[in-house]
Amino acid sequence: MRGLWGDEMRSLFPCSVVVAVAAVPLTAAAGEIWVTNEKDDNISVIDTTTLEVVRTIETGERPRGITFNSDHSRVYICASDSDAVQVMDPKTGEVLHELPSGEDPEQFVLAPDDKHLWIANEDDAVTTVVDVETREVVAQINVGIEPEGMAVSPDGKLVVATSETTNMAHWIDTTTMKIVANTLVDSRPRHAEFTKDGKELWVSSEIGGTVTVFDVATRSEKSKIGFGITGINADLIQPVGFDFTPDGKAAFVALGPANHLAVVDMTTFEVEGYVLVGRRVWHVAFSPDHQQLFTTNGVSGDVTAVDVAAREPIKSVKVGRFPWGAAMRP
Amino acid sequence: MPKNRGIRSVPACLLIALLGAPAQAEITIALTYLRHEEKAPPVLSNLDPIPADLGIAGAQVALADTETTGSFLGHYYKLQVVSVAPGGDLAGAAKKALAASSVLLLDASAESVLAVADLPDAKGALIFNVASGERRLRDADCRPNLLHTIAEDAMRADALMQVLKARRWTRTALIVGPRPRDEAFAATLRAAAAKFGVEILAEKAWTFDTDLRRAAGKEVPLFTQDLPDHDVVLIADETDDFARYVGDNTWLPRPIAGSDGLRGEAWAPVLEQWGAVQLQNRFESVAKREMRSRDYAAWAALRTVGEAVTRTNSTDPGKLKAYILSDAFALDGFKGRSLSYRDWNGQLRQPMPVVNARALVELAPLDGFLHQENEMDTLGLDRAESACAAFGGMR
Repeated sequence: MRGLWGDEMRSLFPCSVVVAVAAVPLTAAAGEIWVTNEKDDNISVIDTTTLEVVRTIETGERPRGITFNSDHSRVYICASDSDAVQVMDPKTGEVLHELPSGEDPEQFVLAPDDKHLWIANEDDAVTTVVDVETREVVAQINVGIEPEGMAVSPDGKLVVATSETTNMAHWIDTTTMKIVANTLVDSRPRHAEFTKDGKELWVSSEIGGTVTVFDVATRSEKSKIGFGITGINADLIQPVGFDFTPDGKAAFVALGPANHLAVVDMTTFEVEGYVLVGRRVWHVAFSPDHQQLFTTNGVSGDVTAVDVAAREPIKSVKVGRFPWGAAMRP
Repeated sequence: MPKNRGIRSVPACLLIALLGAPAQAEITIALTYLRHEEKAPPVLSNLDPIPADLGIAGAQVALADTETTGSFLGHYYKLQVVSVAPGGDLAGAAKKALAASSVLLLDASAESVLAVADLPDAKGALIFNVASGERRLRDADCRPNLLHTIAEDAMRADALMQVLKARRWTRTALIVGPRPRDEAFAATLRAAAAKFGVEILAEKAWTFDTDLRRAAGKEVPLFTQDLPDHDVVLIADETDDFARYVGDNTWLPRPIAGSDGLRGEAWAPVLEQWGAVQLQNRFESVAKREMRSRDYAAWAALRTVGEAVTRTNSTDPGKLKAYILSDAFALDGFKGRSLSYRDWNGQLRQPMPVVNARALVELAPLDGFLHQENEMDTLGLDRAESACAAFGGMR
């Protein structure tokens, strides 16, 4: 038979990928993972110590991208179908106000100085820059069709938007707010991140099935990472969200309907292993101490907590319908 | 329709103006959408007219999608649309089109497709069949210069049969319409039923020649009363004539499937997952109507050319075809898996939605229908079944 986890939609046993429950590490530092539930219009807040949902907070329609500011006093939520970015007080869960976001905001990134929010407007082929203090649109930059992935360099000088249909990474100078380069990547780029040292840009391509690593200085391709899991069709291995361990040694890449995370050595760009999580894994977020990684599993409607050192799943936590984005709050 | 779809135009043309000079030499590729119009037979209902720009609108949306990438790379695409009236000079129009462009999107019957592909002028050209689902074009009558983005009819039927088999609705009765296309699709349904272990217990020819719209409630129960007990009524009605009056009028309370009701389609307005809603939005903003399978076929053909030009930096049809048939080719078709071409007959390999009027029911191939190479190849003519020899030297 095909791989037990090989398909995202049609397993006879929809709970079969909920992994065996291992002992929960008692040492985990307190913290929360905030998960947007795209089809429930709310946020599930998971306690990283108890691995239980402790709060559920209403949002606008179809919440997807979610991010906190540097001191975690504000949380920003892309309410895609409300055509707004909501600004919430994470203590009270109260929506303080909305930011003008342009049409259909999907993902965004907050500049390191917390001033500008860079928003991908999926239906509009533009990137909108909003000043979060004045609540005004500073600029709108035309990019390729279906922009999605947004990344900002650690020094705040570069923003990259990736466009799903145009298959490009668009490099934007944050001073001039103009595109300075466009680089091709494989089909349907979904997510982009600069490494913590700012030297590399990683871009995942969902349909191409690869992650492209760019050298930021030359904007040239440095490596292209492919994946392969025994028993799963190559075209179901679809890299989406990813993040890096703070020591810069390992990248954890969510592989969509392959229902696995890949662990990539950031020096050799070799895949070191795969971790089974829930169905249609979208995005990932670390716990405050980086000992756990949380994955949003869209189809199974849960979040898997993964032991980062052991590279094993710990527990899957039921959240709302179609969990999409994830962000950590200490 | 209660969908959250902000309809916006995509400012593709703006990009060209806003962005700096491309790094590489500029190239331009010309494409022609060549349609041989067919006179549609009269049908009972006026509810769903065939759009005048069927197929063409799909190519136009793909052009805008592709031009954005092109504008960043210095690749320019020119699409001209040529429509030949029924009985008009298709060969003459094709020769003219081939003189101006080496890529054709061909919207015509199987016979006309072959007539164009066999023109001396078409040797070395790259032609996409965007309209004919007939088996023979993927079988003994395949051509080396001809790829197919429209799903083979058997792909539609196989997708449906996988769902019936998975549901264990394997006892069926078949109603066949009076037109040659209906009989051809009935043959396809019979083959698909045999392939997946679905039984056709009885068949009836549709013989009504009256306007059934007022009498369906009286006539159809009687017409279906003598069928042996069955789970599903299959209907072969490829001109969209009478099937709509069979549903909910049958003697036994049974769903209908095949040409109407539950059916396999390459594309349908009910698709929203896998980013499909984005494509639906773009299409609806341009065409002011919902996207159909032929639109999708034309869209996929032009996107295929765009992807090949982008990756090869070439407009040479031979190079483009070699890339399109290679393992490197992966097209994002908004159906959750990357699309590629079968290197034995040039058919676009794609998941097939099985839909009803209101929702996606399943996306075929369904879990459990296995294939040694690619599960999508459980749909349509497989390598071992196809008599096509024209692609023999490609690998």
